[in-house]
Amino acid sequence: MRRMGDLLDGYSLAHPYGRNAWDEMFEDRGSPRPGTKALCDILQSLSGAELESRASARDRMFRDRGITFQLSGEERPFPLDLIPRLIVDEEWQELERGIVQRVKALEALLADVYGAGRIFSDGVIPRRLVTSSEHFHRAAWGIEPPNGVRVHVAGIDVVRGEDGHFYVLEDNLRCPSGVSYVIENRRMMARIFPELFASHRVTAVDGYPAKLLEALRAAAPPGVADPTVVVMTPGVYNSAFFEHSFLARQMGVELVEGRDLLCHSGRVYMRTSDGEREVHVIYRRVDDEFLDPLHFRSDSLVGCPGLINVARSGNVTLANAVGNGVADDKLTYTYVPEAIRYYLGEEPILRNVATYRLEDPEQLAYTLARMDELVFKPVSGSGGYGIVIGPEATDEQLASLRQNLTVNPRGWIAQELVALSTAPTWVDNRIAPRHLDLRPFAINDGNGIWVLPGGLTRVALPEGGLVVNSSQGGGSKDTWVIAGSSRRKAKAPTGGHGREVASNAPAPGSSLRRPSGLPVGVFDPEPGPSWEDPDRLHQQERQQQQAGHGQGPLSC
Amino acid sequence: MLSRIAESLFWIGRYVERAEDTARILDVHVHHLLETQVESEAELCARLLAVMGVKAPEADPERLTSQQVVDRLAFDVGNPSSIVSSLVAARANARGVSEAISSELWEALNVTYNTIFAEGTPSTAFSAYSFFRFVKERAAVISGLIDSTMSRDDAWRFMVVGRSLERVDMLARLLAAATSGPEPDWVVLLRSFSAHEAFLRTYRREPEGALAAQFLLLDRLFPRSAFFSLRAAEDCLAELDPISGRLGPSDEGRRVLGRLRTTLEFIQVSELMFELPELLPDLQRQCAAASMAVATRYFRKTNVVEWTMEREGVEGVSSR
Repeated sequence: MRRMGDLLDGYSLAHPYGRNAWDEMFEDRGSPRPGTKALCDILQSLSGAELESRASARDRMFRDRGITFQLSGEERPFPLDLIPRLIVDEEWQELERGIVQRVKALEALLADVYGAGRIFSDGVIPRRLVTSSEHFHRAAWGIEPPNGVRVHVAGIDVVRGEDGHFYVLEDNLRCPSGVSYVIENRRMMARIFPELFASHRVTAVDGYPAKLLEALRAAAPPGVADPTVVVMTPGVYNSAFFEHSFLARQMGVELVEGRDLLCHSGRVYMRTSDGEREVHVIYRRVDDEFLDPLHFRSDSLVGCPGLINVARSGNVTLANAVGNGVADDKLTYTYVPEAIRYYLGEEPILRNVATYRLEDPEQLAYTLARMDELVFKPVSGSGGYGIVIGPEATDEQLASLRQNLTVNPRGWIAQELVALSTAPTWVDNRIAPRHLDLRPFAINDGNGIWVLPGGLTRVALPEGGLVVNSSQGGGSKDTWVIAGSSRRKAKAPTGGHGREVASNAPAPGSSLRRPSGLPVGVFDPEPGPSWEDPDRLHQQERQQQQAGHGQGPLSC
Repeated sequence: MLSRIAESLFWIGRYVERAEDTARILDVHVHHLLETQVESEAELCARLLAVMGVKAPEADPERLTSQQVVDRLAFDVGNPSSIVSSLVAARANARGVSEAISSELWEALNVTYNTIFAEGTPSTAFSAYSFFRFVKERAAVISGLIDSTMSRDDAWRFMVVGRSLERVDMLARLLAAATSGPEPDWVVLLRSFSAHEAFLRTYRREPEGALAAQFLLLDRLFPRSAFFSLRAAEDCLAELDPISGRLGPSDEGRRVLGRLRTTLEFIQVSELMFELPELLPDLQRQCAAASMAVATRYFRKTNVVEWTMEREGVEGVSSR
């Protein structure tokens, strides 16, 4: 075990493929970036043994609370790194604005795709892009969501490039997962590292379930005064089951499986011990393809037959809407900046990573010539599966990829390699740089888009690794948006756009404040009857002494 | 409440109670064998297995040992009603409904499970005594959390119904075993249900057959007595369906339990010992009937909708 205080000494910045990755904590060796000094000082004061004991406390608590995930058939505690990732407020504000803008444009795009199709007739995006997407569902055409929202929850994956700017890597508009880990990570950090919170003003994240419930209720079919909201899960064996259960619990709504629901007479009901009860809003975490065996895969056992018809007749709202996949398709991604300009008349705040559309013969030829420098992603893949990182790939892999690309150029995109930023991470008993990304979560309730401060930071734990998905052995970090000194306190909570402020703290002068001069407790705690009358006790002692035992009653 | 969740809660109640009662029974059984030089260990063991409805592991009943019985009833994952299996099943049920129970309760069940398997095989990690003690303590924590962290809503009621039915069933089994052979050791029997001290405080004398049976079956105040548990289950069922027509409640489960409770309530106390051979099997049968009735009424209470795919891809619906 290492000596105290030298944990950061051997920290050297990462240079993947000859690039200089941006480090979230250090400008260069030894000089911390603005806002990270306090964290740096605390880390310097700790020993490896101390960190290790906190790590085992963390694992035990995660295991006890059942916050685990399956990796190769084994139940493991959720991999949370001990060192938080810091984002200063100024940076966060810009990121937040960029995400709000992007989600707005994607909403508009989806409304257009499943409606009039203006963007196609105006020639901004080729119609073929949508009709050739496997996530485009004709069943969703003409479904007008009650409050106009299709993307109730979005997860926008961003990474920080070598220049320190955030780039959008991917949009997730179907069932973005991970938000439960954001909240659980924060709870865990507060338990194992309370002293870190004393020196930082971290923006709270636990307002998310309330915001989500608000948005889901706002999405209810018209005329339903008190909508019944449920969370729909594929079941216990789904890798995100913990999250489904977590959200249902935090929102106080039922968690249903497909078999708990039934559709008849144009409505959806759940089977309860009290008979059938109508359901109005379903926050479904089941993929489109498995949602309704009558419309999609007929072999689905986790869906509910008839759901789409009820949704089409407007008696139930599905969140997120069916067919959203067409807008988070990796090929559609390349058109999002254009969509932002087209629908909002604004310049995109967040940049895309430079991406090549392989259907264009010129771009295809260009990428084929630079295969060992680029990253190739299957258009409809997720979870990091199928990604080929050019500089890491073997000749055989590249050869078979080349064949795939030529046969099915619609199925792939090519991206410039981003040297993901790094942050100090506790691995193998030392602190070393590891690459990471960030998935902020946005909720749209129809009146505004709210972004959860921070988001899920995912870390690639193998040295030099660039794939952060937890299904690929990735870890996570608690993500702290550090409140600025000027802001937040003065700002009142605003509907929709505002961030969670400390709203339960009583305002100065409010009636919650205790009038001065009164004692805290109204009565002193009531004492029980006295244990022993001292005189009687004394007599008892004497009796026993006389009896020759030699021991008082209290000493045994 | 979702029917699936109601059913899981009912079974969490049953499984935890089953684990606890089995631990109590085995604990006393093992202790009894150690304390007294009993005539035939094998015979006692065989009777215990029979009453728990578990097949003997050894072909020759003459050579049955306590160790085998403990392995079979406590640790054997192949025996679905062993302590370990019951706790695994309770945790699996809780996992699927963890949003419907308090997080403390879920955590308690999960920690129990984790501890059992923390050192690999439970039968080598625990001595019998420490395991029984552990199970009883965990069951107490779990029951305590059920009572102190859950609203008295339907979720809580289903758990209590499950727990109470299991308690009556286990009690009936144990009494049946004890009274089928030669005069049983009533102190041991009372201890199996933590009833010995309560008995002493109530009657102020060493137990003998009639009094002990009265206490375990009929006592109005002791929470593990058959009467007390039946009334708890009946009350919960009444609260689940408070409407009672002019011909009485329509709920079959409530009817079965009510009749059973009345039998105990107005039994001729002096005749109790003579009626045991019929009463005890009847208790088990009626508990099973009540359990079935609860399942039929609450866990499968919807029409089955059948969807058929027609040739043109138009769907039709038929209710039955």
